[in-house]
Amino acid sequence: MDDFFSFDLLTATLRFSAPLIFAAMGGLLCERAGVMNIALEGFMLVGAFAAAAGTYYAETPFAGLVAGMAAAMLAATIHAFWCVTLRGDQIVAGTAINLLGVGIPAFLLQRIWGTPGGSPQVERLPGIGAGLNVLVPVALVLVPIVHYVVYQTRAGLRIQAAGEHPRAAASVGIDVVRYRYACVIASGALAGLGGAYLSIGDLSQYTNNMAAGRGFIAIAAVIFGNWTPFGTLGATLLFGAAQATRVQVQALGLNVAPDLIGALPYLLTLIVITGLVRRSDPPAGLGKHATAE
Amino acid sequence: MAHPQQPGADAPPVIEMLGIVKRFPGVVANDGIDLVVLRGEIHALLGENGAGKSTLMNVLFGLYRPDEGVIRVDGKPAAFAGPRQAVGAGLGMVHQHFMLIPRFSVTENVILGAEGNSTLHLDRDAAEQTVGALAEEYGLRVDPRAKLADLPVGMQQRVEILRALYQGSRTLILDEPTALLTPQEVDELYAVLHRLREGGGTIIFITHKLREVAAISDRVTVIRRGKTVGTRITKETTAPELAELMVGREVILRVERPPASPGEPVLVAENLVVTGSRGEPALRGLDLTLRRGEILGICGVEGNGQTELVETLAGLRRPDSGRVRLKDQDVTGQDPIALRRAGLSYIPEDRHNRGLVLDFPLTENVLLGNTEAAAFSRGWRILRGALDAITRRLMRVFDVRAPSPQTHARALSGGNQQKLIIARELHREPDALLAAQPTRGVDVGAIEFVHRQLVRERDQGRGVLLISFDLDEILDLSDRILVLFGGRIVGEFVSGRVSRTELGLRMGGRGEEERGGVAVAD
Repeated sequence: MDDFFSFDLLTATLRFSAPLIFAAMGGLLCERAGVMNIALEGFMLVGAFAAAAGTYYAETPFAGLVAGMAAAMLAATIHAFWCVTLRGDQIVAGTAINLLGVGIPAFLLQRIWGTPGGSPQVERLPGIGAGLNVLVPVALVLVPIVHYVVYQTRAGLRIQAAGEHPRAAASVGIDVVRYRYACVIASGALAGLGGAYLSIGDLSQYTNNMAAGRGFIAIAAVIFGNWTPFGTLGATLLFGAAQATRVQVQALGLNVAPDLIGALPYLLTLIVITGLVRRSDPPAGLGKHATAE
Repeated sequence: MAHPQQPGADAPPVIEMLGIVKRFPGVVANDGIDLVVLRGEIHALLGENGAGKSTLMNVLFGLYRPDEGVIRVDGKPAAFAGPRQAVGAGLGMVHQHFMLIPRFSVTENVILGAEGNSTLHLDRDAAEQTVGALAEEYGLRVDPRAKLADLPVGMQQRVEILRALYQGSRTLILDEPTALLTPQEVDELYAVLHRLREGGGTIIFITHKLREVAAISDRVTVIRRGKTVGTRITKETTAPELAELMVGREVILRVERPPASPGEPVLVAENLVVTGSRGEPALRGLDLTLRRGEILGICGVEGNGQTELVETLAGLRRPDSGRVRLKDQDVTGQDPIALRRAGLSYIPEDRHNRGLVLDFPLTENVLLGNTEAAAFSRGWRILRGALDAITRRLMRVFDVRAPSPQTHARALSGGNQQKLIIARELHREPDALLAAQPTRGVDVGAIEFVHRQLVRERDQGRGVLLISFDLDEILDLSDRILVLFGGRIVGEFVSGRVSRTELGLRMGGRGEEERGGVAVAD
């Protein structure tokens, strides 16, 4: 069993968790401001594709990183426009973004490179050893930053107010729409980073639908973490560890069904949101608008 | 001490709203309202629900732009683009439904939107000191570190007042501020308001309760159907005069209530133990006996088990233990349909969620719970013609004002919605009637009507169980009064032989130690 609980398992956990951390921190900010965000998957896909394309054209992964964030922020702006300005249904908007996140990169792959499945190989972000790239420490540093912003700044107090009771926030002159836009777009930037991590951090190309549900897992992590940054970090590490364990089990050929291990965290999430373990405590104003009309 | 009737002669009125007109599609909400509020007075704004009080305040705060009229604040023309500017001009609003965030601390709620320092960082310690000092200054005792959700309602209201003061308001507008308070909390609120006035503050007190006008205000402006119908100096007017101004006709403020002649028990609860929705014990061994021909009033502060009691008796909640008997049947844990068959009618406290389907026409709302009645259906078929005719008749008898039986319930005023529910429930000729908050949010004219109906039902030999947070309503209507506190009956009184103060003390849990023998007041 020494092989099993190894340094490798730890690094693999971090490797699987990092993209989830980015997306989940984005989702957390967005939901704390009161906008449901099931569009993280779409943001990640758009970010992943744009990161690969940006690296391809600018020939440096750092330009790809910027491109990935920018593209996902654009997608997030659309989401915000739909959900906040037009007061559209937040689930429908998120679903549409997710579908676009699959479709647009696939379309562009075909148009730009004429390849259906994936982009050409591009340069990767530099590594820091142990199979990890530079974005891993960035992800870990991000968590206390988000914590500080939410709990220790004026902006954070207002973000929480917008998410808890938008009418009360508006009644003291807080521009709820502006704070919500800012948070949705920030969630795009972070989920875009998560996407870039996949295409130019972990791999060195974009492949179709490469987020593979990580955006949804990030949402689960936010819920599991009860909308707190460190709780959410714990959830992403748990999910990452399950993923790492699954790979490890397969590699070692142990007589355990690997898919079952992979599925355990999600079963746990389901149990958590039923309220059997503890009360789920989402922002009270999630999905509500500042003015009644 | 500033005398309210004689503000500084040179000072212009704090607020002048002259000839305010505000139209909405199909409705004129404000149709020429004049309101002049002098510095240092407590000015009551009296009017029924829907008279245009809220619209007027929204106009003042810049949420609506008036179609006509002049607004001056401190003598200067004012047309605020939004609440922020109104606050900047020294106005502060204490909302009926608090605009507070339960998860935040007192301090966070107070400073939100005006956090003070210009840096990114939120200095909670400094803010707590500021808020604590301000609370001290105005005698608003509240812990700045407490989480809002943990505070009783009266304290939460102080947080709203504190916030307005923190924002620099010198003129406070309180919208129906006593709706959720115990009598003792109301007294404390009055004390706070007097203190504010003595400090030179001005208060606009929005209400539809005559008692409050007399208790707190220096002057009163009455509005009816969007128009100012009079401004009076409170000391120089009377409750009947104000009521008539408000309603537009003479109102019988006290219900004619001949002595009751109670008969045999019709609804009996024995040792009810019920768990609330959040898993907390809501009723802890409650006994009550409702007799035919009496109105049994249950008073208490909201949240002491009223909802659970009503729901248990109506069959919407199963008791953990204890029994409920209706006439001679044991109906413990039976569903609402069975209870209705057995002779129970129920006026729910939440008419929007429980009493009506708002998007159904009146006919179908009358049909709710009555589908089995022979008058409405034959086999599986609804008799549309009969339903329509009965609805029309009920609308006439119960004074439900609506264009037609096909009108959707949503389009009715609160009072008319309530009358429709009462019509439906009384049409069944029940043996026992559960009336939970039957006049909450209903205008004075409709209150009078509802009260008369309840007394009439009593006189026809039905048992009426009245659960209300409005102590005046309990005192006016009940033949016997039970005080509910902490899920138990902590006092039983004969109507007319108990004071408000005594009831108020019981409602606050005092006298609990005397439990064992039921305290009957003299």
